[in-house]
Amino acid sequence: MIHVVKKDSPKTRDTIIIRLLAILGALLAASIIVIFAGANPIELYIGIIEGCFGNLYRFAATIQKMVPLLVLSLGVMVAFKMKFWNIGAEGQFLMGAVGAALVVRYLPNLPLPVMIFAMGVLAFVFGAIWLLIPAFFKAKFGTNETLFTLMMNYIALNLVVALQYDFWKDPGASGMPKIANFPDNALLPSVSGFNLSIAFAIILVILIYFLMNYSKIGFEITVLGESENTARYIGINITKTIITAALISGGLCGLVGMFQTAGISGALSVEITGGLGFTAIIVAWLSGLKVPFIVLNSFAFAVLLQGGSYIQTAFQIPGSVAEMIQAIILFFILGSEFALHYRFISDKKKREVA
Amino acid sequence: MNDEYVVNMKNITKVFGKVKALDHVEFSLKKGEIHAILGENGAGKSSLMNVLNGIYMPDEGQIEVKGQTVTISSPKDALDLGIGMLPQHYKLVDVFSALENVAAGSRKTTPFLNKKKILDEMGKLINQLGMDIDPNKKVYAMSVAEKQSLEIFKVLYRGADILILDEPTAVLTPQEIKNLFQIIRKMVGVGCSVIIITHKLDEVMEISDRITIMRKGTFIQTVDKKDTTPEKLAGMMVGDVMELNIPWVEVERGEKSLEVKDLIAIDKNKVAVLDHVSFDLYAGEILGVAGIAGSGQKELCEGIAGLYPIKSGEIIFDNTNIVGKNPEDISKMGISLSFVPEDRLGMGLVSSMDIIDNVLLKDYKNKKGMGISRVISRGKALALVEKLNVSTPGIENHAVSLLSGGNIQKVLLGREIELQPKLMLTAYATRGLDVRSSQIIYDLLNNEKKKMIPILYIGEDLDVLMSLCDRIVVLCEGKVTGIVDPRKTTKEAIGLLMSGVMEEGKKE
Repeated sequence: MIHVVKKDSPKTRDTIIIRLLAILGALLAASIIVIFAGANPIELYIGIIEGCFGNLYRFAATIQKMVPLLVLSLGVMVAFKMKFWNIGAEGQFLMGAVGAALVVRYLPNLPLPVMIFAMGVLAFVFGAIWLLIPAFFKAKFGTNETLFTLMMNYIALNLVVALQYDFWKDPGASGMPKIANFPDNALLPSVSGFNLSIAFAIILVILIYFLMNYSKIGFEITVLGESENTARYIGINITKTIITAALISGGLCGLVGMFQTAGISGALSVEITGGLGFTAIIVAWLSGLKVPFIVLNSFAFAVLLQGGSYIQTAFQIPGSVAEMIQAIILFFILGSEFALHYRFISDKKKREVA
Repeated sequence: MNDEYVVNMKNITKVFGKVKALDHVEFSLKKGEIHAILGENGAGKSSLMNVLNGIYMPDEGQIEVKGQTVTISSPKDALDLGIGMLPQHYKLVDVFSALENVAAGSRKTTPFLNKKKILDEMGKLINQLGMDIDPNKKVYAMSVAEKQSLEIFKVLYRGADILILDEPTAVLTPQEIKNLFQIIRKMVGVGCSVIIITHKLDEVMEISDRITIMRKGTFIQTVDKKDTTPEKLAGMMVGDVMELNIPWVEVERGEKSLEVKDLIAIDKNKVAVLDHVSFDLYAGEILGVAGIAGSGQKELCEGIAGLYPIKSGEIIFDNTNIVGKNPEDISKMGISLSFVPEDRLGMGLVSSMDIIDNVLLKDYKNKKGMGISRVISRGKALALVEKLNVSTPGIENHAVSLLSGGNIQKVLLGREIELQPKLMLTAYATRGLDVRSSQIIYDLLNNEKKKMIPILYIGEDLDVLMSLCDRIVVLCEGKVTGIVDPRKTTKEAIGLLMSGVMEEGKKE
């Protein structure tokens, strides 16, 4: 019989080798599909790079794809640090967008800076509330946050559906179920494709980095995540800490709703999330819940996303093939995690060790 | 009972790392006898039985079962030989009925459940043993005693005729214990042999035919019950007083610092884990707490530190009753708790953090504002590592869980002492430490005592307790069975108090 055994923490050198092998393996495996799709794999991979960095406009698109993923991952990370499994980033993202759209709808004539500020505040608050509800029940009654946050996603999604198809349906869209576009004073200013959300993201990265590493609340969140007993022992107010972490986590995810509506889509719709709320979970986890790695990994994911959409048009391959390539690369990377932390041994060897 | 041996274990040795869990242990079981294995915690009782049950493979020694020399490498092998062990923690499926639990995993059953056949077989056995099992009752609706009967039944149903019971009475009420003993006697009546692990002397005297005494992994003696007395057993269990190099420091004891009055605490099974506990603790004194594991030591520590709910009673420190205060306020009053649980990390330290952050745990609140600073903690961590000779690759980015047990304990205790507490609670401070590391810890505690710090020292090793402490509170099942001066009493006397045999006039 073959057994799976946990390894000691891997060495940095081994980590790099295994990761590189994983990427190489992924590219090889993906090549098979690319060949079946009738393209040259090497050209295609070069195409991905070109699609991301080929010119300033494409690079801007890459960065714009990175921003929402980065901020969502930061949000997810704050909750995960506390072992509070917030898988409702998608819902908080949507609710944040609803908050931003609410400002635009009822105060459409605010001057741009005030408008952006108000949208940001409401997006943060809406996202935060969406996570505070499960956090409250967790803190008070010990409910399972995983299911709770997941279900909250569907409530948020269907709320946006209701808004889009009924309550906020744009009468001027000749029957199309869509919500009216934001006016110009509600759009994030941009320079050659780079919009203001990038600046916000940079500030947030720095803020969250210091929050998690050099603040009392960050320290308390970490301690609580590691051991509730220790937290009680050193006198941490557990309810307060859960609520604060949920506020930050949900709020960050909510803010992305504003970035995406006011910066990219220019309107609220059910499609704005693109599943990024779930991708963020993978990014946060792959990064070991560490801010610098979250920045790196969101960038890598953004490259996959942008490169994937570029090769669709450049190589005339179906979108599904691009998605398959993304998935294969991801699959290999996640698989390498296993190789990093576990190894196989046969029964015979085990006896000798024991 | 006759003189035919069904189990004969010779020279069994089992080493875990550097620790000899079993050191050339002898054990034999006659057919149809009830054989008690008696010993303190860590005496090796469970390890020995785990060897017999195939959970551990012995490093040395030989096992004969029913006249054949055998190798038992799994509980399945053991069961094939007719040996079944009752787990300390029951392994039953809550949503299954008794019958389904019996059927599950039994090799007698076909892939499809033949309820009627099993029911018939169950009925016969149940009648024979006089057990109170309703085959259709779901496990979640059962009492602890019913679950235990079911576990016993499961083992018997699978064909075991040598039954090992690991501390079966720990969770039962006196009435339930009586029932259990009746069942055990009936099992013997139908041809089973029973091994019962325990540390309760009165039960040993009641139920067993022969008794094997173990101490610190070694075999002491096997005696017939009729040839012995509880006093003799207690003596063998705790052993002769060992000469330890732990100097007792004579300090004129100061003022009364802590007064515990009539403390009662109830656990979630509604059992009184602290039952009218009262004692005083003076400045410049190390007050030991002795007792079999699980006699309320943990609850006492945590109760004083504000971490375990107290039902009634008073804990008076600094002229204030601290019952009901939260842990933070209590720790602000200068009460420090360093509890070393079995896994060493528990609540005092965060395993994944480095030494600096673990020092910071107790420091970060002192800084004003929102931020934390590691500057002071770094200094303290460095001083701690140097002073206590903690061997670690670094104080930063090296999780404490990667340190050895002794070093982890030094970090915990060192940090608590560094806080200059007004009252120290330490539990199992030297658990699993080698002699040298233990010595450092004892010296640390004696130094604190010289500074007139009152110390509550909860220990496992009676020899250590007797040489280190000024007085010893003995706990048994949550009750104080005696407060003794170790220099005026014997180890046997304390052993008896630990087993709940109270003598009038022993109380101070």
